[in-house]
Amino acid sequence: MLSRVADSLYWMARYLERAEHTARLVDVHLNLMLDQSPITADRRWGRVLASLGSPLPAGDSASAYTHVQAMVFDAATRSSIVSCIMHARENLRQVREQISSEMWEQLNRMFHAVKRVQYEEMHDAHPVEFLAAIKEGTHLFQGVTDSTMTHGEGWQFIQIGRALERARCVATLLDVHFNEFYVPHDRHQEAADHLEWIGLLRSCTAFEAYCKAYTADLSPERIVEFLLLNSEFPHSVRFSVDMLQAALNALPEATASKKAGRVSRLAGRLRASLSFTPVDEIMLGGIHGYLDGIQRQCGQIHASAYQGYIDYPIDTAVLA
Amino acid sequence: MSPAELPAPFRSYQLDVAWDEMFSPDGTPRPHYQALYELMQQLPADEIRRRKQAADLSFLHQGITFTVYGREEGTERIFPHDLLPRIITNKEWTLIERGLEQRIIALNLFLKDIYNEGRILDAGIVPRDMVYSCKHFRRQMKGLRLPKDLYITVTGTDLIRHPDGRFLVLEDNLRVPSGVSYMLTSRQVMKKVFPQLFQQCGVKPIEDYPSALLATLRTLAPYGKHDPTIVLLTPGVYNSAYFEHTYLARQMGIELVEGRDLVVHDNNVWMRTTAGLKQVDVIYRRIDDDFIDPLAFRKDTILGVPGLFNAYRAGNVTMCNALGTGVADDKALYAYVPKIIKYYLGEDPILDNVDTYILTDDASRQHVLANLDKLVVKAVGESGGYGMLIGPHSTEKEREEFARRIQADPRNYIAQPTLMLSRGPCFVDGQVEARHVDLRPYILYGDKVTIVPGGLTRVALRKGSLVVNSSQGGGSKDTWVLYE
Repeated sequence: MLSRVADSLYWMARYLERAEHTARLVDVHLNLMLDQSPITADRRWGRVLASLGSPLPAGDSASAYTHVQAMVFDAATRSSIVSCIMHARENLRQVREQISSEMWEQLNRMFHAVKRVQYEEMHDAHPVEFLAAIKEGTHLFQGVTDSTMTHGEGWQFIQIGRALERARCVATLLDVHFNEFYVPHDRHQEAADHLEWIGLLRSCTAFEAYCKAYTADLSPERIVEFLLLNSEFPHSVRFSVDMLQAALNALPEATASKKAGRVSRLAGRLRASLSFTPVDEIMLGGIHGYLDGIQRQCGQIHASAYQGYIDYPIDTAVLA
Repeated sequence: MSPAELPAPFRSYQLDVAWDEMFSPDGTPRPHYQALYELMQQLPADEIRRRKQAADLSFLHQGITFTVYGREEGTERIFPHDLLPRIITNKEWTLIERGLEQRIIALNLFLKDIYNEGRILDAGIVPRDMVYSCKHFRRQMKGLRLPKDLYITVTGTDLIRHPDGRFLVLEDNLRVPSGVSYMLTSRQVMKKVFPQLFQQCGVKPIEDYPSALLATLRTLAPYGKHDPTIVLLTPGVYNSAYFEHTYLARQMGIELVEGRDLVVHDNNVWMRTTAGLKQVDVIYRRIDDDFIDPLAFRKDTILGVPGLFNAYRAGNVTMCNALGTGVADDKALYAYVPKIIKYYLGEDPILDNVDTYILTDDASRQHVLANLDKLVVKAVGESGGYGMLIGPHSTEKEREEFARRIQADPRNYIAQPTLMLSRGPCFVDGQVEARHVDLRPYILYGDKVTIVPGGLTRVALRKGSLVVNSSQGGGSKDTWVLYE
């Protein structure tokens, strides 16, 4: 497979995962607003922006919600849902011959639906329907991908992009949330805070799954355990890293490459940490530091996968 | 019978001196259009409109689009498409097929000759200065022998129909002809829209074009290599024909590469893959000569591959079409094609040319300048319907402008009589109306000449317009060649 194609598929998957995550997060918080939580709207939306990795610039006079709307609709904002869908499609368009027609049609349909929405018209509207369509559309796309594309090298690069983006999104979200709401050894949460912890789980589609595992008794430590270390829940960091490692390990077979040593070591190390570190130890050592480590290692995995498969220097490759 | 007496929905159908594909001059439908004629009278206009919308939506969702240059917004458009098929009888097609085969073989011999011995130039059949002054002549190709001496692997020849019913060759496109994907996809759509009509008429299939193209490319591998690596080289996603490039690559199962995916080392061409570098043997290139290699041709290009031309000259890679083929579709050299056919094959042309005035000839030039209002003037190096004067539709000022340009550079222009292109039925605003059409069949030349039955029928969707180019308000139709 051409390196350029791998690159496009990888980024396409990352953009879509990001769009889905943003849609769900904004949707959950629009819903929380209805319950009149005491924190001011501005603070809430500021936190949402921070969870999306684009905190409100200091001294900005516009309301945080305006920025959130831009994160949804504004094609000029780089990581908005609309531009994520556009970038994903642009990447897919460059590799159309590598994917199934069904995949292209699904993403193209989504693109045309998104393009019709005018940012200016949306200022007063609550974008709930739009967000639902994005979530549904990306799920549909994943289903179409998994059932119509050959599960070969290209598909593995899609998995890598998706897993890496998901791990990073969930880690950022956890970090921001714990920074704001976590009080160690506090057994008596405010009712309003209780709602925020439910919101955190819902932002990862995890509320029902959490209840099955631990009942509806919410405790921050268990939530960390679930969202970070659960091996069976598809939006947990551990699950994403398992998926990432499986895809990376499947690659050398498909590409007959011997350059994969470093990247699979890095992924293996991260996976081992998530598999074998007990949650108490993470909380004791400080969750912020642990999440930071995950982000850093994800960055290293990305860089070394690029060096192995996509951006390798020509002169060494010709001599090989 | 005057056209006004035609039944609905044909009431505003225009019949006059132009050849009509569907009706005889007396207003009776030709036998091979009978089934369509009856169907159009039975189907309510709303039903046809509904089918038309379904077809458009299907084009949009599949992303069957072309890019309009020079616009920021909405740069992708669906290809304008008319639902009613253009139908050709087997007898007409057999003649076209023979004529095109003859023409392509002769043009290929011509290219081999002028880039090697130059016998036809020595014999004075084609003027030497006309060849060497052509802007698509590539001196870098001199003395290079190609696998099987094949220069033109893929051709799209434009045919038109004279008012007397004869098919004439208007233009040979020997460089990087496009449009074949629209032929293939519009057939898929038509099968959904008019399934019963296909069965009634008996239409020859065209679906084997991609595999025929692949087989043709395979025969051209350097050193007769058994299982060559074939790639399609595209200028990239912003090219107007990008959809076609992806479509063909996918249908043939070959890699679609851009210039940045290829590397030349030691006169060998490699592509960058996730498993390391892989050698490339045959390149179906969809980039113009000028942009293919900044070391050999234009230096300001980033689309091409530095060093590619040297690898080509070394014989380690085959490019299709060969470089420098544009000299044989120069609009002035076009006038010599009948003589070229006669010279190499000793045969008379089966398909005639359109009469063409060469303006470097003094007598012809005087005649043309005196009759600009009746003629069509074309710049020889242009395509896509640009750089043209259509005399009867022109203003005094435009004619003066062209007269001045012709006198300044007569080699750069030719003139032809204004041709009444034939008309075919189109679905316009709930009615069936007549619009001008041409025909572009696609010809493959490897071990043998292969022409899939049909081609792209282009139609001037604007009423009265004679320009069929998609960049200027033209559209396409599915083309059916019948078994009978």
